[in-house]
Amino acid sequence: MTNKMELLKQIVATEFMKDDLALYLNTHPMDREAIAKYNYYVMESKGLKESYEMNYGMLSEHDSLSPYPWQWSNNPWPWENEANFKFEKEGM
Amino acid sequence: MWTYDKFLQYPVKIKNPNPAMAKIIITQYGGPDGELGASLRYLSQRFSMITPQAISTCNDIGTEELAHLEMVGAMVRQLMKGASLEEIEKGGMAGYYVDHGRGVYPVSASGVPFNASYLQSKGDPIVDLTENLAAEQKARATYEYLINMADDPDVLEPLKFLRAREIVHYQRFGESLRIVQDYLQEPRLFTMR
Repeated sequence: MTNKMELLKQIVATEFMKDDLALYLNTHPMDREAIAKYNYYVMESKGLKESYEMNYGMLSEHDSLSPYPWQWSNNPWPWENEANFKFEKEGM
Repeated sequence: MWTYDKFLQYPVKIKNPNPAMAKIIITQYGGPDGELGASLRYLSQRFSMITPQAISTCNDIGTEELAHLEMVGAMVRQLMKGASLEEIEKGGMAGYYVDHGRGVYPVSASGVPFNASYLQSKGDPIVDLTENLAAEQKARATYEYLINMADDPDVLEPLKFLRAREIVHYQRFGESLRIVQDYLQEPRLFTMR
């Protein structure tokens, strides 16, 4: 797996932790430990996205810097086979 | 408002086209218990939802369903993209192909176009959250039937992920319903809407 895909995999995993913890926290707003975990993944995600975007391209619609020429429209898009990767079984 | 992240919530990387599988998976795009209905249901209900917990739950699960809609669309597209006309015909997708080619259009497994009557937004928080519990279970059952029909691991993995999310959502809507019921039973309340 290329470094690009490895980074993307880590970003997708981190984003998922944020999504899932946020849903949990909506109905458990006093869980201090879960908030700490959520905050950890927010910081983690920021760092990972920054290194991805510095090397491989824009990830967020209105929150990423673009080189010249405008990079957002570049392929591949998330629904294309080439934009995706496989999680290893033990990671699931 | 929303912003877009240029990656799927869970990867979809299908090597082999399979129009027969596309024909049934598409029901989670535009069918009665699919992701389009799910996202519209929760994102519409949130406007009249009560309690911070239940409002954020509808808002955020509704948003996640849009990401699931994208995943299911990616599955349909990848299953149709390289398919030959012969495979499309054998897979029972000739009718779909005539109307939509190898594109993605919201229909059920039996070809019925998406319809807003698949969802309800009643303006009553108890009604809406109760509907959502049933909706999540119906979606879970649909993913299980799809898993029963699939044998390609590339197809099974995202289906299993999506099934697991329905269970988490069911749990969160159940917690939201309990919170709303407790809130409505507090004696200081004169009005609920």
